[in-house]
Amino acid sequence: MKKTFLFEALHAATDEEMAKDPNIFVIGEDVGHYGGSYKVTKDLHMKYGDLRILDTPIAENSFTGLAIGAAMTGLKPIIEGMNMSFLLLAFNQIANNVGMLRYTSGGNFNLPLVIRGPGGIGRQLGPEHSQRLEAYFQGIPGLRIVACSTPYNAKGLLKAAIQSDNPVIFFEHVLLYNLQENIPSKEYTLPLDKAEMVREGQDVTILTYSRMRYNVLQATEKLLTQNYDPEIIDLISLKPLDIDTIKTSIKKTHKVIIVEECMRTGGIGAELTAQINETVFDELDAPIVRLSSQDIPTPYNGTLEQATIVQPDQIVNAVKMIC
Amino acid sequence: MDLKQKKDSLSNLELTQSEILTLYEDMVLGRYFEDMCAQMYYRGKMFGFVHLYTGQEAISSGVIKALKKSDYACSTYRDHVHALSKGVTAREVMAELFGKETGCCKGRGGSMHIFSKEHNFLGGFAFIGEGIPVATGAAFQSIYQKQVLHKSEELSVTTCFFGDGTTNNGQFFECLNMAALWKLPIIFVVENNQWAIGMAHPRSTSVPEIHTKAAAFGMPGEEVDGMDVLAVREVTERALKRARAGEGPTLIEALTYRFRGHSLADPDELRSFQEKEAWIARDPIKRLTTYMIDNNIATSILLETINQKVKSVIEDSVEFATNSPEPSVKDLHKYLFL
Repeated sequence: MKKTFLFEALHAATDEEMAKDPNIFVIGEDVGHYGGSYKVTKDLHMKYGDLRILDTPIAENSFTGLAIGAAMTGLKPIIEGMNMSFLLLAFNQIANNVGMLRYTSGGNFNLPLVIRGPGGIGRQLGPEHSQRLEAYFQGIPGLRIVACSTPYNAKGLLKAAIQSDNPVIFFEHVLLYNLQENIPSKEYTLPLDKAEMVREGQDVTILTYSRMRYNVLQATEKLLTQNYDPEIIDLISLKPLDIDTIKTSIKKTHKVIIVEECMRTGGIGAELTAQINETVFDELDAPIVRLSSQDIPTPYNGTLEQATIVQPDQIVNAVKMIC
Repeated sequence: MDLKQKKDSLSNLELTQSEILTLYEDMVLGRYFEDMCAQMYYRGKMFGFVHLYTGQEAISSGVIKALKKSDYACSTYRDHVHALSKGVTAREVMAELFGKETGCCKGRGGSMHIFSKEHNFLGGFAFIGEGIPVATGAAFQSIYQKQVLHKSEELSVTTCFFGDGTTNNGQFFECLNMAALWKLPIIFVVENNQWAIGMAHPRSTSVPEIHTKAAAFGMPGEEVDGMDVLAVREVTERALKRARAGEGPTLIEALTYRFRGHSLADPDELRSFQEKEAWIARDPIKRLTTYMIDNNIATSILLETINQKVKSVIEDSVEFATNSPEPSVKDLHKYLFL
């Protein structure tokens, strides 16, 4: 075991995979000499050279398309969105080509590529840098969407995403890069389509992902002192949802609270709610509770920003209300 | 724009009789194929937006027939003829347009999404400009093969086709920059047919001479008469030589005209009769025919034999498409993921 920051876990995953497969390359803004804005590719250009750690001009739609062309012709690109919000500028390439091209071409071309980078609300970064693109991307056919949340799962999931022959959108979170924990020294991967059981419990199923996992855990500390016993599931796979794991839990607890950083309307929680209603409605003893961010641009002011996203106390109250 | 015909476009180009006949046959294939598409569209055999290439054949044949099988071609929504020139069979393209399982994309793509991995044909991109980055990526892959994977084969070259309207789109400028920066083996071919649906080129473009924009990126830009297949072939050979030698990209602006509307759904009301007539008089197939006969390269009997051969290929493609099975609904989700 080795004490590792989350950004180091992502670095190690990239390095290990690149060492094994010379077709893998990283492409993005400041991924090379600068080392990536969160240092996920720090110094890799020295080991692999400038073509394998390719610093691009600031041209998101075009460098994403370039990676697509490279993937179609045999390479395995890892695209870093310096901030995932910047990839709104690459939305056409991601939607039309990353998502649909394999299908549209009748299987002529595979797209073994990963698009990764930080999403989510940080600390007073203002509305444009605080977006959660998972809801925008979930409507695109042909994409897998994964959100990591710990150094351990970040490494195993990123390695699996890089090894995958299908395109994967891989969300990190600006506030989680400096999390630290012991992770195995030897190589491992984790399945891209499996949710993670964070805590087993009996009273209520709390479904969450990415940074909100930690707000849920904070709330849980309080809840435990008051004799509540929540089950916490980190979704990991935002598309497709691991509905089997979710169903199994609901059959035990019969109550669901969704805690997400996504905006409420049309978000991941909205899709979860629909799928749960469609598949295990009869098991529910209460309406699903959805705790999401407000449907507003994330304000700069710190107090307002906090009021935009779900706070631990809201989670505590929701559990008390439903149980 | 200088619309004068060059008297002798062969001056710097040495092609054998058989190479010239290949160009002729390929242009006729493109012409007859598109004529048949129009018929089949109006008979309700194909659907959606169908954009025909009629009039522009000299560019597809002049550029793509100079390529090797290992080279790449990347097209737009007006892609049938580029695919045919790259070697995708008329059967596979026609069956795709009919939406059949035997189409090159199993009936999933249709007219604007022709792909063939076997022929290094990268698409078939329906939205303006989105093929340019993809083509640039294929060219990046070529230098990666050489410099990172140390493959000893010569550089493969990517040809990337798009229209005049696309050159006002950011992806055009962004990719010219990256291609020049990294000396990628790519040839950008602007088929300037002067109309972006109903938008006349000078109404949308501050500097209408597109080839001059190459200078901003430090790459050669060449203007060529896109109705003269031999002239197109000649500039392509120059650009190919540069690309293979690792000297980087070239921008070719081929001046041309589409003889039909933007798509088969376009009433084509804005282009003047006189303008159309002037360009139809410069038909690239008639032009090569005259050239070959005047220079004793081929007899009209030989050319007619080729025409008949191509006609039978097209008829066969329609028969093949007609008799091919529809994709099975049980395979609706097939090809989404590997």
